[in-house]
Amino acid sequence: MIDNFLLLFDYPVLSADLALNGLLIGAVFVLAAFGMALVWGVLNIINIVQGEFVMLGGFVALMAAEAGLPVLLGIPIAALALFILGWGLYRLVIFRVIDRDLFVSVLATFGLSIVLQQLSNELFGADVRTLEAGLGTLLLFDGAVALAQIKVLAFFLALGLGLLLWLFLKYSRLGQAIRATAQNPRAASILGIDTDRVYAATYALNAALCGAAGGLVVMAWAIHPYIGLPYTVRSFLIVIVAGIGNIGAVVAAGLGLGAFENVAGFIFGTEYQIALVFLLMVLVLVWRNLRLQRKRMYLK
Amino acid sequence: MSLLLDVKGVTKRFGGVVANDAVSLSVREGEIAGLIGPNGSGKTTLFSSIVGAHPIDAGAVLYEGRDISALRIAEIARRGLTRTYQQTRIYGQMPVIDNMRISAPDVKEGILPLFRRAGRASEARARDLLSFVGLYEKRDLLAGSLSFGQQKLLEFAMALMSEPKLLLLDEPTAGINPTLINGLIDRLKRANKEFGVTLFVIEHNMRVIMNLADRITCLAHGQVLASGTPDEVREDPRVLDAYLGAQ
Amino acid sequence: MSWRAARYAAVAGSGLLVLAAPFLAPAFVTQFTFLWLMIVFALTWDLMGGQLGYNSFGNILFFGIGAYACAVFQRDSGLGYYEALAIGAALGGVLAAAAAAFLGLGILGLRGHYFAIGTLGLGIAAGEIAGGWDYVGAGSGMTVPLFPGALELRSLFFYFTLAALALATFLTLRWLYGTRFGLALNAVRDDEDKAEAMGLYTARLKTAAWSLSAFFLGISGALAGNLIGFIDPRDVAFAGATYGVWMVLMAILGGKGTLWGPVIGAAVFHITQEIFWTYLLGWQRVALGLLIVAIVVFFPQGILGTLREKFPGRFGSKAEVQ
Repeated sequence: MIDNFLLLFDYPVLSADLALNGLLIGAVFVLAAFGMALVWGVLNIINIVQGEFVMLGGFVALMAAEAGLPVLLGIPIAALALFILGWGLYRLVIFRVIDRDLFVSVLATFGLSIVLQQLSNELFGADVRTLEAGLGTLLLFDGAVALAQIKVLAFFLALGLGLLLWLFLKYSRLGQAIRATAQNPRAASILGIDTDRVYAATYALNAALCGAAGGLVVMAWAIHPYIGLPYTVRSFLIVIVAGIGNIGAVVAAGLGLGAFENVAGFIFGTEYQIALVFLLMVLVLVWRNLRLQRKRMYLK
Repeated sequence: MSLLLDVKGVTKRFGGVVANDAVSLSVREGEIAGLIGPNGSGKTTLFSSIVGAHPIDAGAVLYEGRDISALRIAEIARRGLTRTYQQTRIYGQMPVIDNMRISAPDVKEGILPLFRRAGRASEARARDLLSFVGLYEKRDLLAGSLSFGQQKLLEFAMALMSEPKLLLLDEPTAGINPTLINGLIDRLKRANKEFGVTLFVIEHNMRVIMNLADRITCLAHGQVLASGTPDEVREDPRVLDAYLGAQ
Repeated sequence: MSWRAARYAAVAGSGLLVLAAPFLAPAFVTQFTFLWLMIVFALTWDLMGGQLGYNSFGNILFFGIGAYACAVFQRDSGLGYYEALAIGAALGGVLAAAAAAFLGLGILGLRGHYFAIGTLGLGIAAGEIAGGWDYVGAGSGMTVPLFPGALELRSLFFYFTLAALALATFLTLRWLYGTRFGLALNAVRDDEDKAEAMGLYTARLKTAAWSLSAFFLGISGALAGNLIGFIDPRDVAFAGATYGVWMVLMAILGGKGTLWGPVIGAAVFHITQEIFWTYLLGWQRVALGLLIVAIVVFFPQGILGTLREKFPGRFGSKAEVQ
């Protein structure tokens, strides 16, 4: 462990490689976190099944590619499929837990995540899967740092999707309705906004976002039925650190988390990478809370 | 009479709003003090500042001569300074009698006393206090099933059960059936005289507070406007102005 | 027969049934043994979730600590089987309780959903760390010493030890809930800020409750690890996706915040789960997830909660049944 740590100083290029690669997947984390913040801010629920949406998006993209469609087309297909799933889940389950205790939504979406996770395990098998996009490798610093081009593409696509969502929320009618409902559901309802539809649309939109993210993950990295919970925890961690309204902070936190994970995974061993993310989440929660407790408050 | 509570220049800000602006007042041991003022004048915030529910930005809160402004709410409660809430807070999923039992003074000593049986005196006191507020028949019902007025009385009884030296009451008659208010005033006076509890009461009902309090302080816009006996305050033009001129 | 007499008869009859069961239906001894384990899971979870109002998704952490602590002690102590198991189990309980007290310093300051997600993170992280730590066998986990006796004896041994643990847990909690400590737990649950404002030592209360939960869970882990025969970091010790989730489900199913609720929930769930396993195999976990959603959404008051609403006199709280 210490040897690995020292290596990073002896070979700064290695650090650059790890950090840059981490930043690339960080963009996907940003996307998932954006969606989680959206659902948290509008519906006031913590969507534990977030990661499973990413996972399923990946599998949809995988199936699309195996059906012979061009690989990149998998991303919009995954987004569409997950949009439908999200809408369906809202109509079946989510709308029933919206007005209740936040813990109820945690438990309900946790149950859903188990359903989807195990369903995928039964349907797709537990193997790790990936897609070959057929793109090359980008070499930087005279070949010392190698970045797979598909990862770079995924990075820009992820950020692009995030930007699209932000523009949508700012300028479209539905986007404005969503923001109005988030600020004051009662007022929005009085003004004629169908808040139930807004909630459904928001939830479905979030699912679609995660689906697209999943498409990116299966192309540039890899998926298996159990990647869900780590993605949920990452999203939650980013939202906790960055706050719900601050887009810039979400981007910074997401990219930062990606880089951190990669570097820390190298130092401690990749088998501990997931544990590190979870522990980091716990540490951030505890630290944040302790700071609030000094002011005689606590995380709400 | 000594000063049980001496609030010196307490300031509390929430973001840009100054809820308490260098507020100074005092409460003498054994008296009933009143706190009045239009909505938004910072009365409840002042209570929260005194009992340690939030840290204050400036000033000091002297209780029994010692500055308690750095202490947390639980520690302050253990020294005999208790408050009731405007929205009334009780333990909703527990029976009324259990709400009383868990408010006994010995629970403030640690967790070991919780394993000791309550003792006949304590049980009797709980029942007496419930009778005192007229809730004895309802002692086995879940506290959450009581009406708002009944919950207010329960909260009052629980506060008395904890044997406080100084009890801060936030609008004790709000939401109470007007026909029952006289009875409540009576109980407050008895609590003060018989149980020896010093009271500091926020009230909107002028008839009640003029009848009840020995001295009154009036707040407006976070500042102390006037203080003195009920007659002095009632006739103070600034107080009349604050109430009539308030939105 | 009066209601009271009926209850006593039921308890006595159940007691006899418990003692005789392994002999009446020897083919199901292991299932019965796991039922005791489930009861411990549900009771200890409910102490935190139902009585204190702190819904933990990571209590499995203490089960795993107990399992590993005992196995390590059994491996390294050089003592005979029964002595090593007894001391190892006690060690597991104590270590788990200590872990709860230590972690509680930071974690118990979190409220509501933050506590839930924080404990979830801990439980899973523990499994991942154990899976990489060579001292406890890393990914392969650990094996426990072989039981020195015939298979029938082994089955009976674990049946009765886990039954004794379940009984001890039940009786301890039954006593605890009758004291003012139990009232204090409920006060924190109903309004923690009010409890603080009334001078209760809420931090000590929460730590004591979690440590007690952890203690029984730790011992159960030690025994279960030996019953199962091996300790896999993710599927046995820190089995968050199975045991960890079942803990929550059983308590809610039976009736959160009651003494018998978790016991009933454990029994009903265990039987249901056995049926699921027989007929659904791999799909049982999907069914499990659906069950959680269904219960949370449609049946949050659980079995005992529903009975209390319908027959408040019979199943009411202790205040009503003086």
